[in-house]
Amino acid sequence: MDQSTQPSILRERAQAEAAEAARVSIRNLDFFYGTNKALKSISLDLPDRKVTGMIGPSGCGKSTLLRVLNRMYDLYPNQYAGGEVLIDGVNILEPGTDVNALRSRVGMVFQKPTPFPMSIYENIAFGVKLHEKLPRAEMDARVEWALSRAALWGEVRDRLRSPAASLSGGQQQRLCIARTIAVRPEVILLDEPTSALDPISTLKIEELIDELKRDFTIAIVTHNMQQAARCADQVAFFYLGELIEVGPAGQIFTAPKQKKTQEYITGRFG
Amino acid sequence: MTAAADIVDSTITPRRDGATAARLGRRRHSRNVLAVTLATGATIFALAALGWILLTLLWLGLHGLKLSVFTTVTKAPGSHGGLANAIIGSLLQTALGTAVGTPIGMMVGTYLAEYAGRSALGNAVRFVSDILLSAPSILIGLFIYSVLVSPFGGFSGYAGAMALAVIVIPIVVRTTEDMLTLIPVSLREASIALGAPRWKTIVFVCYRAAQDGLITGILLAFARVAGETAPLLFTSLGNSGYSGLGSAMASLPVTIYQYASSAFDDWVSLAWTGALLITLGVLAINIIARLIVRRR
Repeated sequence: MDQSTQPSILRERAQAEAAEAARVSIRNLDFFYGTNKALKSISLDLPDRKVTGMIGPSGCGKSTLLRVLNRMYDLYPNQYAGGEVLIDGVNILEPGTDVNALRSRVGMVFQKPTPFPMSIYENIAFGVKLHEKLPRAEMDARVEWALSRAALWGEVRDRLRSPAASLSGGQQQRLCIARTIAVRPEVILLDEPTSALDPISTLKIEELIDELKRDFTIAIVTHNMQQAARCADQVAFFYLGELIEVGPAGQIFTAPKQKKTQEYITGRFG
Repeated sequence: MTAAADIVDSTITPRRDGATAARLGRRRHSRNVLAVTLATGATIFALAALGWILLTLLWLGLHGLKLSVFTTVTKAPGSHGGLANAIIGSLLQTALGTAVGTPIGMMVGTYLAEYAGRSALGNAVRFVSDILLSAPSILIGLFIYSVLVSPFGGFSGYAGAMALAVIVIPIVVRTTEDMLTLIPVSLREASIALGAPRWKTIVFVCYRAAQDGLITGILLAFARVAGETAPLLFTSLGNSGYSGLGSAMASLPVTIYQYASSAFDDWVSLAWTGALLITLGVLAINIIARLIVRRR
C-alpha cells in the first residue's frame, strides 16, 4: 500500500465522519416575524443520533428555531428566514425545497398532544400513507413498530380501532411521537413535549427520548432545566434571539463559560 | 404599606355610611326586579306565540291526517285528494337543492376559512355571501325564473331545486367557515408537520374534526329550504299530478299557499295538514341536528 495516500484517506474519512456527525448544521440563521428579528445569526450543529436540548427564557427564539428546521414558518405570511440550514449537506431554506418531503425527514411533536379525530391505528397510518403506499400487512407491521417504539403498543394493542381521543394525555403524547416516528424521519423536533403532562407521563417520555436517540437525531425545547440535564447530550442556551452558549450538557450545567448562562441555570432570571 | 393601601382605597371608593348603602341596595334591587320582569315577560310572549301556532296546527291539521294524504295525489275540490305528489315533490326538490348547494357552499366556506383570511377577495366573498343569506327568497325565485325557466321553455322541478340550492349555498358557507375556524391551529400544524399538503390536511383532518358541525349545518339548510314557498312559485309552479323533475312539480309549501287561500273546505283542511307535516319534518330535522351536536 502506498504510504503517502494513507493520511489523505484518513483525513477524508475523518471529514466524512465529522459531516456525518452533524446531521443538521445551522449556519448564520436569521429569522424575522415581520420586521422583528427573532433569531440573530445562529450557528449550531445537531450531532447525529444525539439529543440537543434548547433552553432559555420565554421568547428567546428556541421554539422559533425548531419551526425553521421543518419550515413550519412557511404557513404564515410575514415570516422570513435568512442564512443556511444544512440537512445532509443540502440547504433546506432554498426556495425550491419540497417542504412535504422535508417534513417527512424532520418530524415534530408539539407542546399539547394533538391526536387527529380518528382511531389510534388511523392516527399512525395517516402520516405513513402520505409518503408511502404500503400493503395492508406492512402497514399493520409499521403501526405496531411505531407504537412499540413509542412504548404504547402494550397499552393500546387491543383497542387500535378506538378513537385516539379516548387515550389519557400522556398516552396521547406518546401516540403523537409514534405518529412522527412511523414516517421514519431522520430528525425529531420536540417542542416542550412534556409541559402539559403529569410527572409520571413526563418520566415515560424522557425514557422514550433516551431510547429513540439510538436511531434519530433529536432536538428538544424545554423550560425544565432538570429535563435538559437528564435528556440532552448537548445543551444550547438562547437569550433574546441569540445563541449564548452551546456545549455538552455536563459542562453547561456545571461549568458554563458565559455569565448569562450561569445566571439562567441558577435561576437568577427566566 | 398599610397606610398607603388605605389612602388608595379611600380615594377610589369613598367610604359609605349605612343609609347610603341601604339606599343604593334598594335601587339595585328595584332595577333587578324590573329587568327580570321584562325578560320573563318577553320570553312568555315569544313562547306563547310559538305554542299558539303549534296548537292551531295540531288542532286544524291533525284531523285531516289520514293515510290517503300520503297515497293520493292532489285532486279537484270535493274528490278526496291527498298530498302525495306535493310530499314527493318537496322531498325531491329539497334533496336535490341541498345536494347541489352543499358542495358549492362547503368549497366557498373552506376557501374563506382556510385560504382567504382577511384578504380583499375573502372579505368581498364573505360580504356577498352574507347578503345572499338575507336576500328575500322571492328574488331568488325571480332570478332562477329569468335564467332557467323563461329561456328553457317552462317550469320544472329542476328549476325549483336550483332556486333552493341558491338559498342553501350561503347557509352552508357560513356554517362551514364557522366550524373550520373553530378547529385549533395546533391540529392543522400537527398534520402539516407530518408532511401532509394543505388540501389533505383540510379534507382528512379538518373536515373530520368539524364533521358534526358540518352535518348539522347541512341539516339546518335542508330544513330551511323545505319550507320555502316563494322561490318555487316562479320555478316549479306546482302540479296537480306527478310527472317528474323535468316538468312543473308540486311541493308542500306551494300547495299550502294555493289551498289555504281557496274557497273549498277540503282544500283548506289539506293545507292545514300539509302545514303540520312540514312543521313536524322541520322539527324532526332540528332535533336530529341538536342530538348530533350534543353527541360531541
